[in-house]
Amino acid sequence: MSESSPATQAAHPKDYTGAKLGMWLFLFTEVLLFGGLFILYAVYLQRYPEGFRLGGEQLNVWFGGGNTLVLLTSSLSVAMAITALQRGRVRQTMGLVGVTVAMAFCFLVNKYFEWSAKIHHGIYPSSPQLKELPAGEQVFFSIYYLTTGLHGIHVLVGMVMMGWVLLLIRRGKVNPEDYVTLENAGLYWHLVDLIWIFIFPLYYLIL
Amino acid sequence: MNEHDKGHIVPYATLVAVWAALLTLTIMTVAASRIDLGALNIWVALVIACSKSVLVIGFFMHMKYENRLFRLFLLVAVVTLTVFIGFTFFDVLYR
Repeated sequence: MSESSPATQAAHPKDYTGAKLGMWLFLFTEVLLFGGLFILYAVYLQRYPEGFRLGGEQLNVWFGGGNTLVLLTSSLSVAMAITALQRGRVRQTMGLVGVTVAMAFCFLVNKYFEWSAKIHHGIYPSSPQLKELPAGEQVFFSIYYLTTGLHGIHVLVGMVMMGWVLLLIRRGKVNPEDYVTLENAGLYWHLVDLIWIFIFPLYYLIL
Repeated sequence: MNEHDKGHIVPYATLVAVWAALLTLTIMTVAASRIDLGALNIWVALVIACSKSVLVIGFFMHMKYENRLFRLFLLVAVVTLTVFIGFTFFDVLYR
């Protein structure tokens, strides 16, 4: 503890390790939440391998691959934003967080087009057309909508959170001396990326 | 105290290298899925996804530079999930 600034210490009693550990604990609950959905996936894949193969073939690899590229790049930009702020480059940080927000938006636009195309073809939970299909495909699309939908909500939350952090940086509330809020928002964003890293091969690439 | 807590600055070059590795692994997972390996396909996909996770958690999420408590927590979470999945399959496979 620096003896020179007891006033700032008292005004901002920040415990970085504690703040980040708290965020990690929250992220573990998220991992267990999505883990439940992946267990569901694994059990039904074992029961209906053929239905899952047919379902997976109907998903567009270009949408999934494009969104993988978008999320990996947005993870890079937020990781770089933390480095930039640690080095005291505030304008650069704001640019990088801005890129992350834009990438998150891109992801959601992609998802919108992807889902619309599927729904347009009559494939959505309990649609008449889906009810005609074999049980395996029905289960595949139900879990697909549930998992990617929940993931999409996380992307939306992450995007709003990044926008909020951008505002805090602009106001100087998050700055080169105090940036744990950006780090924690970044951790959340990386988790969203991590979950997609598993969704992409399991849903889009299964053969 | 706080100065040391804030930790390590990861250089841009490292982050960009990790990103490039993640893209390469993504291309590999797509390529591997086009080859018919039977039941092995799913395991190849999972191994690649786990390698990507290690890169993201280690470098982007700074886990490589955090103290041991963080890694212990991560281990507990991963083991818990593994037990969940493992026990579910005991039930499903031997019913």
